[in-house]
Amino acid sequence: MTETLRLATPEDDTAARVALRESPLAIRGLTVAYDQKPAVFSIDATVTPGSMTAIIGPNGAGKSTLLKAALGIIKPLSGVISVFGQPMSEMRHRTAYVPQRASVDWDFPTRVIDVVLMGLYRQLGLLSRVRAKHRTRAMECLSRVGMEDFADRQIGQLSGGQQQRVFLARALAQDADLYLLDEPFAGVDAATETAIIEVLKSLKAEGRTVVAVHHDLSTVSEYFDNVLILNVRKVSEGPVETAFTRTALDAAYGGRLATAQIDRLSVAG
Amino acid sequence: MLWQALTFQLGYNATLVTLGAALLGVAAGVTGTFLFLRKRALVSDAISHATLPGVGLAFIAMVAMGMDGRSLPGLLIGSAISAALGLLAVQWLSTRTRLSEDAAIGAVLSVFFGFGIVLLTVIQTMTAGRQAGLESFLLGSTAGMLFSDAMLIAVGGAVALALVMALRRPMTLAAFDPEFAAASGINLDRTDLAMMGLVMGVTVIGLKIVGLILIVALLIIPPVTARFWSDRSDRVVVIAGLLGGLSGWAGAAISASAPALPTGPIIVLVAFGLFALSLLFAPARGGVAALIRHRRFQSGVHVRQGLLSLAQGQPIYEPLTLRLLQKRGLVRADGVATDDGRAHASRAIRDEKRWEVARAIPAFELATARYDGMTRIEDVLTVDQIGEIDALIRPPRKADV
Repeated sequence: MTETLRLATPEDDTAARVALRESPLAIRGLTVAYDQKPAVFSIDATVTPGSMTAIIGPNGAGKSTLLKAALGIIKPLSGVISVFGQPMSEMRHRTAYVPQRASVDWDFPTRVIDVVLMGLYRQLGLLSRVRAKHRTRAMECLSRVGMEDFADRQIGQLSGGQQQRVFLARALAQDADLYLLDEPFAGVDAATETAIIEVLKSLKAEGRTVVAVHHDLSTVSEYFDNVLILNVRKVSEGPVETAFTRTALDAAYGGRLATAQIDRLSVAG
Repeated sequence: MLWQALTFQLGYNATLVTLGAALLGVAAGVTGTFLFLRKRALVSDAISHATLPGVGLAFIAMVAMGMDGRSLPGLLIGSAISAALGLLAVQWLSTRTRLSEDAAIGAVLSVFFGFGIVLLTVIQTMTAGRQAGLESFLLGSTAGMLFSDAMLIAVGGAVALALVMALRRPMTLAAFDPEFAAASGINLDRTDLAMMGLVMGVTVIGLKIVGLILIVALLIIPPVTARFWSDRSDRVVVIAGLLGGLSGWAGAAISASAPALPTGPIIVLVAFGLFALSLLFAPARGGVAALIRHRRFQSGVHVRQGLLSLAQGQPIYEPLTLRLLQKRGLVRADGVATDDGRAHASRAIRDEKRWEVARAIPAFELATARYDGMTRIEDVLTVDQIGEIDALIRPPRKADV
């Protein structure tokens, strides 16, 4: 070894602290394991304020796990999660979450408007009544996703895309600064995909931050500013132009993507 | 007799029992709804069976301390403690080991119940003359119910209802979407424990009237029945409470009006009767309504297909289609369309074409979601909108102008 290891300087340290404090979501050394098998291992990631970030990677890469650990839904083995410089438990009011559509029972006895009102439960607390202003707010969120005419429907009567839009409306009702979405485009129709991406872009325009687990590599550069490519470990992180590369995709997906496919997708070789 | 029992005119004891059973039914129906929505109804079976060793141990402890072993509050405290242990055992086995919840329930239920039966047998040989009929906790017994017993049920039920009221939002959210609940800061473990604690409370106060084996029915049947009547969880809760109260009231009254009818089992049978009625006759989700809907839809589709065939000059092969068209006077017995039939057919094909165009227009998404092959487009779109569609079907040709 002729090269000496470059150790961090005090300036580096200050820059790191500032980044950590300002980032809507900063993850340090996150490891989550199921039965002693790491689902994500030692992940560091720093989400840029006001950006749209896609978390991508092959099946079983730990994308959803990363999101759930960040939200505190599953307990990590190690690691620190910082939301606007604070622990997640202090910042729940600034965070909204859209779970995978398949994670709930759509035969549950509830109407579309009731689901959106669930986004206001934190604000409502345990006992206060749902008032007209809360209903108005819920209706506003529904019309933002084009679902206001469905407010009184039982949720089981909706198509998959409509269900996804209702979930997004519930997150909008949370009026957060950081939006975390788990596969929002999975199995939805084209009209819904357009509606959702419009809403996400408008959130970004309002200065809010969007992080989404995404599976469709062909739309990454069209929809998102940044990527976080995972395969249990972090493969690549940064702006789409520099991080969504052939090398990174090759490393993450191994032989699972054909070379021609990667050539077409990636921004730079 | 039955009328007198229903209107609380059948003597002091019968009145206490009827009131107590009605209150218990309300509390059990309301509490059980959250268990049902969380899809953990069977946990209540483990909880209720786990009360038995507590009853036995409390009796032994009270006798050992020189008290009356039959004191109801003492027995109920004992049952609550062992039910809590049983509940924690299920929780621990299903979260900390590889056992699934149903296996954990089976294990806990049988072991606690077996231990309880051993204790009851020991007690019978222990203090002669004071066995106190602890077996009555198995199936309930309302003979000799005291005012204080009824008060215990009333107060316990009221506390359970107040707690359900306070915890309805976290419990509903945990049942519908646990991940979102956790992400919005609801502690799932604590919410579940609170829900189970409520179920345990209802079980314990229900031991006297319906007994530990049948209390499960009162926790589960009313919510399942209520689900037939509403698509809104808040209403399902209220309806389940009403149905539970109705079952308790009517069941206790029926058993009081005849000498040989046991209270708990009759309450459960009344609850089942309401369930069976709902299963068949509920307006939206009931079996009869579903059958009628299906038949109506089927004949509607047949008529529509038949009319479209007529309009396109194709033969109709299906006997049912022909029969339905004949019955409506649209075709003659030999399968040839009547004048009326031809008019209907041309309207049907125009309607079909309009639907086809409308369904391709995103702005009509809500309306066209109602397409089922028989709803007329006039019923879902305005005249102007249909005009728009017709313009697309026949674009004005410039040459004609």
